[in-house]
Amino acid sequence: MSFVVIKLVSQRIALGLLLLLAATVLIFIGTQILPGDVAQSILGQSATPEALANLRRDLGLNEPALNRYFSWLGNALQGDLGTALTNGKDIAESISGRLNNTLFLAACAAVVSIPLAIFLGLLAVRYRNRWPDKMISAITLATISVPEFILGYIVMYFVAVKLQWLPSVAIVRPDMSVFDRFEAVAMPVIVLTFVVLAHMMRMTRAAILNVMESAYIETAELKGLSAFRIIASHAMPNAISPIVNVVMLNLAYLVVGVVVVEVVFVYPGMGQYLVDHVSKRDVPVVQATGLIFAAVYILLNTTADIIAILANPRLRHPK
Amino acid sequence: MIRIPTSALIGLVITAAYFLAALFAPLIAPFGVGEIVGDVWEPMSSKFLLGTDGIGRDLLSRMIYGGRTTIFVALAATILSFTLGTILALTAVVVGGWVDMALSRFIDLIMSIPTLIFALVVLSVMPVTILVLILVMGLLDVTRVYRLARAVAQDINVMDYVEAARLRGEGTPWIVFREILPNALSPLVAELGMRFIFMVLFVSTLSFLGLGIQPPDADWGGIVKENKEGIVYGIPAALIPAFAIATLAISVNLVADWVLSRTTSLKGGR
Repeated sequence: MSFVVIKLVSQRIALGLLLLLAATVLIFIGTQILPGDVAQSILGQSATPEALANLRRDLGLNEPALNRYFSWLGNALQGDLGTALTNGKDIAESISGRLNNTLFLAACAAVVSIPLAIFLGLLAVRYRNRWPDKMISAITLATISVPEFILGYIVMYFVAVKLQWLPSVAIVRPDMSVFDRFEAVAMPVIVLTFVVLAHMMRMTRAAILNVMESAYIETAELKGLSAFRIIASHAMPNAISPIVNVVMLNLAYLVVGVVVVEVVFVYPGMGQYLVDHVSKRDVPVVQATGLIFAAVYILLNTTADIIAILANPRLRHPK
Repeated sequence: MIRIPTSALIGLVITAAYFLAALFAPLIAPFGVGEIVGDVWEPMSSKFLLGTDGIGRDLLSRMIYGGRTTIFVALAATILSFTLGTILALTAVVVGGWVDMALSRFIDLIMSIPTLIFALVVLSVMPVTILVLILVMGLLDVTRVYRLARAVAQDINVMDYVEAARLRGEGTPWIVFREILPNALSPLVAELGMRFIFMVLFVSTLSFLGLGIQPPDADWGGIVKENKEGIVYGIPAALIPAFAIATLAISVNLVADWVLSRTTSLKGGR
């Protein structure tokens, strides 16, 4: 590890932390930008003055916004996310189980989709501009053009209702066995795989094609190596860094796709929790979940950049 | 006579059909948007071409009116994000210096939070009206337009003819509107199509989550939400808006692809 690499990586980590801090400011401002008053918009026009005063006190709206921001941030750093307005429960407690469920779902989808996407990407490059490539492109274009929730219902309609292979809702209870748990998440995993597969595969294809145009690949071809050998041992090592980048970006995308897919399959995760409380206008819950989603997103993006730095051999041997 | 490739022609025809249906919705739709005219989830018949929905409204009429709302909201948000994004990007490039720096870093910051999550956070305190939806969607998407427009404009800004115009003593408005904008237009127009599709998907997703267009108004995402219980009983009503969204998305894509390839071949690489 040279000095340059360490410097670049630490700079990137510092930038990530800075972004996270800025994200907390944005999320906080995002819930305060109304010209009127948050309490009024939560309770609606017909609210009594007493109810408004109570809610303002509960939300701490009588204090200046800056104080509220810092106390919210300070508490969040200590793991105290406040209490939900709708049922008075501790938010951190309600979130922990749901966060596990969401991470489990996202991890399953990642394990299925990443190897599949890279394999299909290689396949598309191997048979470039022939029918396997064209078919893969057509299917991925179709899946990109359909929003996640509709893909969810299409899969549900055919797999759960017409073929009756899997249950149509993904209910997970703490006392379920591991096998039941996998069966429950199977359909959301299929949908999430479709959602990210297209992007991931297209970017893998582009990354490898980019490498394939270089002169040393032509040399390998002229040496008479087989097509798969060229791709696997000559093109792949140089394409790893862009591919890893693509995978990380798609994991970040997965975090967002999860929100909608959880609602479709009634899966008890973070996304459903967020959407439920947005329509109930439960501001503390929305802030807390929004913060967690943003943090995961920033973490994944930062990791992608760091891997790209580490995988770049030019930085390892400074002149 | 311009030769239009088959794929682009198909895209144009389908896109035009959806836009015309949206424009003339009250003339085409056989029933009113909120009228209960039949039984619950009637199958397709000659009276109800697409069947009826969960409370007995004609699905075809709702699809036509829904398309009107979806296309209108998506179009308005696209125009907003495009105008604002392009103006900001051109300002950043032409003025340069700290203005460019500050704008670009601010856009990076907004993009560090997923768009859907940010929209949900903002909508949790906003009254959900069509105007608010257009504003939230349009403003959040300014980031992507800005990035593209800035990259394109920056390439053009260092061209010889821009330099020549500067030396000639032309003012900033001339440089922006007569030199940079005309040359940046074709990649931007292709991107316009992509942004429009993104907006259609975005407003449908929000409506599906119950945070977009509010009932009894119809829109494609909302129709999926209203009919989703039917799926479990094998009633495909919720899949009809799915079909509409997908075909609209694919056809606009085809047109955008064609616009991009046509203009690039005409102007030699740009």
